[in-house]
Amino acid sequence: MWDLFVRALPLLAEGIVVTIFLGTTSFALGSAIGLLVALARLSGIAPLTAFAVAYLSIFRGTPMLVQILLIYFGLPQLGISLDPIPSAIIALSLGVASYQSENFRSGILGVEKGQREAAFSIGMTSWQALRRIIFPQALRIATPTIGNRFIALMKDTSLASVVTVVELTRVAERIGSATFRYLEMFVIIAAIYWGISTVLSIGQETLERRMARAF
Amino acid sequence: MTEEKPQIRVRAVRKRFGRLEVLRGIDLDVKRGEVVVVMGVSGSGKTTLIRCLNFLEEPDEGHVEVCGREVACGAGRSRERSSQIRHIRTHVGMVFQSFNLFPHMTALGNVTEGLVTVKKMPKREAIVLGERMLARVGLAEKRDEYPSRLSGGQKQRVAIARAIAMQPDVVLFDEPTSALDPELHEEVLNVMRGLAADGMTMVVVTHEVAFAREVADRVVFMDEGTIVEEAAPAEFFARARHPRARSFLRLMQHSDPEGGAAAERDGQSLALGGNH
Repeated sequence: MWDLFVRALPLLAEGIVVTIFLGTTSFALGSAIGLLVALARLSGIAPLTAFAVAYLSIFRGTPMLVQILLIYFGLPQLGISLDPIPSAIIALSLGVASYQSENFRSGILGVEKGQREAAFSIGMTSWQALRRIIFPQALRIATPTIGNRFIALMKDTSLASVVTVVELTRVAERIGSATFRYLEMFVIIAAIYWGISTVLSIGQETLERRMARAF
Repeated sequence: MTEEKPQIRVRAVRKRFGRLEVLRGIDLDVKRGEVVVVMGVSGSGKTTLIRCLNFLEEPDEGHVEVCGREVACGAGRSRERSSQIRHIRTHVGMVFQSFNLFPHMTALGNVTEGLVTVKKMPKREAIVLGERMLARVGLAEKRDEYPSRLSGGQKQRVAIARAIAMQPDVVLFDEPTSALDPELHEEVLNVMRGLAADGMTMVVVTHEVAFAREVADRVVFMDEGTIVEEAAPAEFFARARHPRARSFLRLMQHSDPEGGAAAERDGQSLALGGNH
């Protein structure tokens, strides 16, 4: 297995870079969309709330794999053709946004009611109260679930392999089919995914500890 | 003095929560520099009343005029009205029963937040003013502590500093000592005494009889959503006329034969306190 690993290393390295790129980009985009969806849901404005509820229902209620296939193979029929990597990023972002919207929403709802009142009592606008008072506390409340979602998304990036994105899983498939050493290749990438997840979860724990210390 | 326009002018204010009518036609004037203590049993509407003064609660009917600005009640939410309400809030400080300090900010951060974010004061100026406010409540040395590391009494004093840092015309106190252990009441009340002595206009919902007796210019007694008695404290505590006020005071005195602040604390734990 060692010889194979050494020979595969350059391709694996490229795969790791693509995997991490997919994961972080989709997470950033998905979090931004998720925050907007959460705010829409909490806005108290009926059409926005309805949109947010529908969004959550659709994207959380369908497999991410199907969402990726739909965007890459389905949209060209409507004249929208996207490259594999953008397709994957869009699908993963939209998918993770649905989970993130719930994480943000529960975080915001978890902040004590008196905090908003105190913010209003010194003359803040709703937006100032959200940005300066509510959101920083909501983020702390939601940090564990947000961290879990990031780790889950890192593994979900392997779905991009079905639309020909050469990320870690696709690299393993390719080398496997060329050498017929599927077992070794998949064990190797499983170990790499595990390594990435472990690093992230250590980071998450550190972050949680730091936040607990701040107040 | 009597000719001056009142800082707060409340007329015929009504407020209901669902089927429960909490305020049933309130009239109240508070003059500049006056300290008005609002008393009454739990559920009499006193907390709702002062929350209506800075529109944390929206009155359904009536007029509320603060610092010469009137905001129409029960008028829904327009952009213009929201900004009127915010304007009033920058002139009316509020101190809450449960402090509501911002836990992610230091004591100084809590005090300067409104100055920087709302008043757009330059940060350096805000810090100077914030430090002065913390010194005024006796907590200059706690400027860099987070609220979680402060005692209840200290938290409430920081909350008072946060409110007065905005240099309001009026400060509203919603049972400022009710969430505190008895031995912490005095440090908060002393800060409030200081504010009153400096001429701050204050509306205080409290059960602290000794404080009311000593500091208030007027005691307002509420019962079932109306003001049933309004008198100078000496007169109110000596010979309240309304039967509900008399039974309220009897309960207070029963709790401690010597009277004074200690009586009030016990009275609270007995029957009257904890108006949430």
